[in-house]
Amino acid sequence: MYKVNIGKKILSANEEYALKNSQFLTEHKKLCLNMISSPGSGKTTILTRTISELKDKIKIGVIEGDIQTDIDAERIRATEAPVVQINTNGACHLLAVQVNGALENLPVGDLDLIFIENVGNLVCPSAFELGETGKIAVLSVTEGDDKPAKYPAIFAKSKALLINKIDLLGAGVQVDFDIERVKADARKLNKGIELFLVSAKTGKGMTSWYEWLVKSVESL
Amino acid sequence: MHETMIAQSLLATISTETAKQNAKPTCAKISCGILNAINDEILCFAFEAIAKGTACEGMKLEVEHKPMQGQCKNCNQVFDVELHRPQCPKCGSDQFDLLPDAPLVLEEIEFQTE
Repeated sequence: MYKVNIGKKILSANEEYALKNSQFLTEHKKLCLNMISSPGSGKTTILTRTISELKDKIKIGVIEGDIQTDIDAERIRATEAPVVQINTNGACHLLAVQVNGALENLPVGDLDLIFIENVGNLVCPSAFELGETGKIAVLSVTEGDDKPAKYPAIFAKSKALLINKIDLLGAGVQVDFDIERVKADARKLNKGIELFLVSAKTGKGMTSWYEWLVKSVESL
Repeated sequence: MHETMIAQSLLATISTETAKQNAKPTCAKISCGILNAINDEILCFAFEAIAKGTACEGMKLEVEHKPMQGQCKNCNQVFDVELHRPQCPKCGSDQFDLLPDAPLVLEEIEFQTE
């Protein structure tokens, strides 16, 4: 028996494309945010409201990742924002090569901010860099307040966490969700994470998210 | 499920080295930071499945998980971060910067000697 030292990063094919995307975005001075969450947390609703309410301030384009269908792309298209749908046909995360192709099909020159809505999944997408400027985690209150403790990777890697569906909390409502626990657990792993408590449905709390987005675009 | 794609990249890299060595690979050692979210059993299962019929059939994978590391803002100590109680073991401070997670690396391959 003999051993051969290799010392090679695996995922390297993905990382090569991630690097290309990152260079492209830096060159064109575009902010690109990769949104990651469980299915049904409200990513698309957050996007449609954000696009509509910020349309006079920043131009937003979207790369939509889904296993099947262009249901989400249709919802984005209704806001008149440019959108490219990627269907992964079973794969549980987007790859940098797919985003690379999608960037070619977006009118990048006309945009200030590109959102990537990743496949609904709290695990795998966090392990595949897409070349984005930053990751955004979304957690809806019905998923439970133990998620940052149970799925640490995405919360440790994200620039911001949106806690969504806060309109479901309050007197007379049957949702147990300790916001302070989520904040504490997320900040344990990621001191600098920005936290936004929002309801994309009612619009509550969205203003500070918008301010942060505009500031992030301006500071590029 | 992302283990399947990692298994494919691993198989490609190991196969290239195997062709160079012209020997039978028996074991590959991999290391990765825990934020890579690699499940050993799923990775080994996926690798076993796709390696069937190739020179890598039947070889073993060993995965070493590297803990997250933090650097204390108070005393600069670099330490392994425990997810449930992250604090500096030297001075007890809970103010620290998380250091970048270790990437997934194919460290070495063992080959059978004829």
